[in-house]
Amino acid sequence: MINEKVIIAESLTKNFGDFVAVDQISFEVAKGEIFGFLGANGAGKTTAMRMLCGLSTPSSGKANVAGFDLFKETEKIKKSIGYMSQKFSLYEDLTIRENIQFYGGIYGLSKKNIQEKSAYLVEHLHLQNYQNNLVKSLPLGWKQKLAFSVAIVHDPAIVFLDEPTGGVDPVTRREFWELIYDASARGITVFVTTHYMDEAEYCNRVSIMVDGRIEALDTPKELKKIYESVSMGEVFLKLARKAVRGE
Amino acid sequence: MQAVIVEHIVKKYQVEKSEVIALKDVSFEVAKGELFGVVGPDGSGKTSLFRVLTTLLFADSGAAKIDGYDVVKDYKIIRKKLGYMPGRFSLYQDLSVEENLTFFATIFNTTIEENYDLIKEIYQQIEPFKKRRAGMLSGGMKQKLALCCALIHKPSVLILDEPTTGVDAVSRKEFWEMLQRFKRQDITILVSTPYMDEASMCDRVALLQNGQILAIDKPANINQQFSHPLWAVQASNMYELLKKLKDWQAVYSCYSFGEFYHVVMKLDATGGKEIQAYLSEQGFQNVEVKQIAANIEDSFMALMNTTHD
Repeated sequence: MINEKVIIAESLTKNFGDFVAVDQISFEVAKGEIFGFLGANGAGKTTAMRMLCGLSTPSSGKANVAGFDLFKETEKIKKSIGYMSQKFSLYEDLTIRENIQFYGGIYGLSKKNIQEKSAYLVEHLHLQNYQNNLVKSLPLGWKQKLAFSVAIVHDPAIVFLDEPTGGVDPVTRREFWELIYDASARGITVFVTTHYMDEAEYCNRVSIMVDGRIEALDTPKELKKIYESVSMGEVFLKLARKAVRGE
Repeated sequence: MQAVIVEHIVKKYQVEKSEVIALKDVSFEVAKGELFGVVGPDGSGKTSLFRVLTTLLFADSGAAKIDGYDVVKDYKIIRKKLGYMPGRFSLYQDLSVEENLTFFATIFNTTIEENYDLIKEIYQQIEPFKKRRAGMLSGGMKQKLALCCALIHKPSVLILDEPTTGVDAVSRKEFWEMLQRFKRQDITILVSTPYMDEASMCDRVALLQNGQILAIDKPANINQQFSHPLWAVQASNMYELLKKLKDWQAVYSCYSFGEFYHVVMKLDATGGKEIQAYLSEQGFQNVEVKQIAANIEDSFMALMNTTHD
């Protein structure tokens, strides 16, 4: 990791009429970094994330994602990132293998590559005996792990995870984070939102949005020092309580 | 009299050709005025259980009573006594905030004015938007409106299915503080949540996993039953530390927990000094080892390991 930046945002702003949803946020994320993106409901996280994924055009500011300009090269950005949320993940009526093949196809992988990827993923996730089962027959925890693996099937520069572990049992939640560490070790940058404050501790760096602005950004250790808190939960409460605007 | 009695409830679903058992012989009781939590991950059976109690779903076997009334035989009486907030937003999106509330008050033969004191605290937060259509509200405001609608007929039992899911840590805390205040109104509250840390806000909790109750008690009592010393361990290189701890033969279990790893040793006699010495010997710097009390998540994971189906 030679300090290569995969996300550079400068004064990135999004207005909806008079409402400033995201207010001049500036930050950088390094290759392979696990970057926690925290904030209360309504703080502007989703809007910021949609902009970074190329789904919403910023009102002003500058940003470069995966080496591409956020204003001019959104289609290239979309090919260089992966996305997973708790809600949108897999096709329930397709089998495990079909889901992998489908996403591999969408991201333009070659047939041979898809074959190899499918075999690798199925083995890596210990799903050999279930690969021809419909996704809807799988326990939630398995689905989430599979959804994450599918989101990075094309080895993207960055994967965006929007509350990936919501509702998952505590053991599976930890297994999920092991997958995140694996991806990060392979050089994939992980941009993750969560409402579990213990998960904030697992990130390399954490940003906390309040009222559309990034109010704090540092390693969990530094943030706890700065805000004289014993846990990230306490840091979050101290910062988010300052919010003026509601949802 | 117990406000809620659940006896040997079993619920099965047919999915494709296989049978899924959502609730496996679930029994518990909730006292009047109690704040009772059902804590478990998605798919553990929380919603099935609540739908049986709200007379919306028949159990395959077993029985349940609300305020002494049977959920099958006396469903009409029960529906008048219950307040229910389902996990999915279920108000009329095309009606305004005020219209939704009036609608639910009218159905229950009452008025907003009659029970205004009960909802006042919550309703005041959304009152500035009372002319707005419910479909146009933010998630948090929808939740507050749904709660007002569930309370408007002054129910004796309030059933809330995952009211805090997807809600940020600050709003979740505020929501629980609000529930604590309802208790003073003598309303019995059953609330489900996938967030383990919320268990501590309840008088008693049932931990639910795969349709089975793993434990049912006051949160503090559940944690006291964690039968081994629990150690929180930290060092400079956390990634290496996890690998080393997992490979160490003396370790029974080890998992991440916030900035620490929580470790249980095979022998209770292996103390903090021994762990510290071993890790320093292995070359770890800034090793910190301290004994801690188990929390609900620790207890839940320990119980998950000992309960097999």
